[in-house]
Amino acid sequence: MKSPSLRVYAIAYLLFLYAPIILLPIFAFNDSKVVQFPLKGFTFEWFREMTEDAQLGIAVKNSLIIAFSSATLATTLGIFAARASTRFSFPAKGPIMGLIMLPMVLPEIIVAMSLLIVLLSMGVQLSLLTIIMGHVLICTPFAVAILSSAFQSLDKSLEEAAYDLGETPFSTFRLIILPLVLPGIISSFLICFTISIDEFIISNFLGSGEAVLSVYIFGQFRFPAKVPSMLALGTILVLLSIILLTIAEYFRRRGIARTGGKDTGGFL
Amino acid sequence: MDNNGLLARIRRSEGASGLAIISPSAIYVILLLAAPLATVLLFSVLTSERGQIVLDFSLANYETVFSHPVYKAIMLRSLTVSMLVTLATVLLAYPLAYYISFHVPAHRKSMWLFLVTLPFWTSYIIRVSLWRVILGYNGVIDSALMDLGLIGEPLNILSNGVASIVITLAHAYAPFAILPIFVALEKVDRSLLEAGQDLGESKLRTFWRVTLPLSMPGVIAAVLIVFIPTVGDYVTPELIGGGKVPMIANMIESQLLKQRDQALGSALSVTVMMIVAVVSIIFLLLNRRFLRGQK
Repeated sequence: MKSPSLRVYAIAYLLFLYAPIILLPIFAFNDSKVVQFPLKGFTFEWFREMTEDAQLGIAVKNSLIIAFSSATLATTLGIFAARASTRFSFPAKGPIMGLIMLPMVLPEIIVAMSLLIVLLSMGVQLSLLTIIMGHVLICTPFAVAILSSAFQSLDKSLEEAAYDLGETPFSTFRLIILPLVLPGIISSFLICFTISIDEFIISNFLGSGEAVLSVYIFGQFRFPAKVPSMLALGTILVLLSIILLTIAEYFRRRGIARTGGKDTGGFL
Repeated sequence: MDNNGLLARIRRSEGASGLAIISPSAIYVILLLAAPLATVLLFSVLTSERGQIVLDFSLANYETVFSHPVYKAIMLRSLTVSMLVTLATVLLAYPLAYYISFHVPAHRKSMWLFLVTLPFWTSYIIRVSLWRVILGYNGVIDSALMDLGLIGEPLNILSNGVASIVITLAHAYAPFAILPIFVALEKVDRSLLEAGQDLGESKLRTFWRVTLPLSMPGVIAAVLIVFIPTVGDYVTPELIGGGKVPMIANMIESQLLKQRDQALGSALSVTVMMIVAVVSIIFLLLNRRFLRGQK
């Protein structure tokens, strides 16, 4: 059953989805300070200008620190939550899991502002650490979602076999469970890393004004002269996130193959 | 039975092990999420004086939120904009989800889904900022159309704040709408459609009477997934609307950080949560009705 009009619509829709990403490299290499047609010629000027930006260097370093710490912490908390919720039934399981997953359905501004009110009234100094605290909150639900499916597909009899052969719960976890869910852990880490690098609201409100990548980009787009070098930066970021996601997807698929499950779709 | 044995049994019991394992994550969210939310709830019924919270219970903040013309206008605008965004996103997404589910061969489906979700994983700030460059005065659209001789004057779509916000957010949340609708459409039993057509219904009527109702749970999920974050969106009104079309999130920020009125800011935050909760409940009830209708 072929339907040409629907196919045309689908392709037009994809064009709409990809329009910004296609324009990004076109204007990043365009030899003009204003972003408009017709194109003026090829240049590396904007990439050069970008690498000479000292503020940007600091912002990248800070963002990497935040993303690495948040992804590590969120994945660790995710492992605890996913393991507990897939393997055990315990009192108040629903409310606890609901609370952990809540940031997924709560507008981010609420998470940021309520945390900010408490931190300010307790006299806590805002810093990279406070941003990390917030990012862990919003990354953990994604980590739990990814890791739950990894833990879910574990065969319980493998674990029981290990106990029968005299392993302790801890060594069973280390020798049997951990290697099997490792691909899930890696893909959870990469997803959390991407979310944290990208996140704006918490970085903006829970930061001390120290440069962070997303906040820096937000600020720079207000100056028309800075737009081309931001497009150059954007081109690099898009390339990096595509690479990270491809790696994450590879590990997720390998994880499913390893535990003998069936692939049921992508991340979302 | 002595106490030791009982204690050991509790320790070995499933509930205790589960609680022990989940405790790090649970403690983290209780301290950093539940406690702050409770604080906001408390502050919203207290009073602010010169940037300080005083223990003086009153509902005055809520009265201000619901009766003061400025707040009322901003709330109504936020609701209208996010409903427009939700409507546009879901209406645009449905045909694509339908195409992927019914017309794309099975082995190509995951490639299409990957294509649809890929743009979502690239920096949100950059995507939103790019729309500003694309829609702006003499920007990409204006200059391209003028170059082709299709228009004489710049369209300057960006000057229309609401339209620009709707375009930007419909783009940003597209995958969130496509995926749940796709999942619902995949579950539609294809033999029902054949049965409908065998019984003499036209393709359009089969779609209207079978496919559409059966895919409603996906549509409702899409509506919720798009509506909830857009109601609290801060970046787009700021970057695209240029601060001229503030929405609730921008209002909360200005109350808490610029006016230092924590009580009123908290009341606004609680109001947003209530709006989200009410909309979610309405749609979940609708969903239940659709599910019951299927049985």
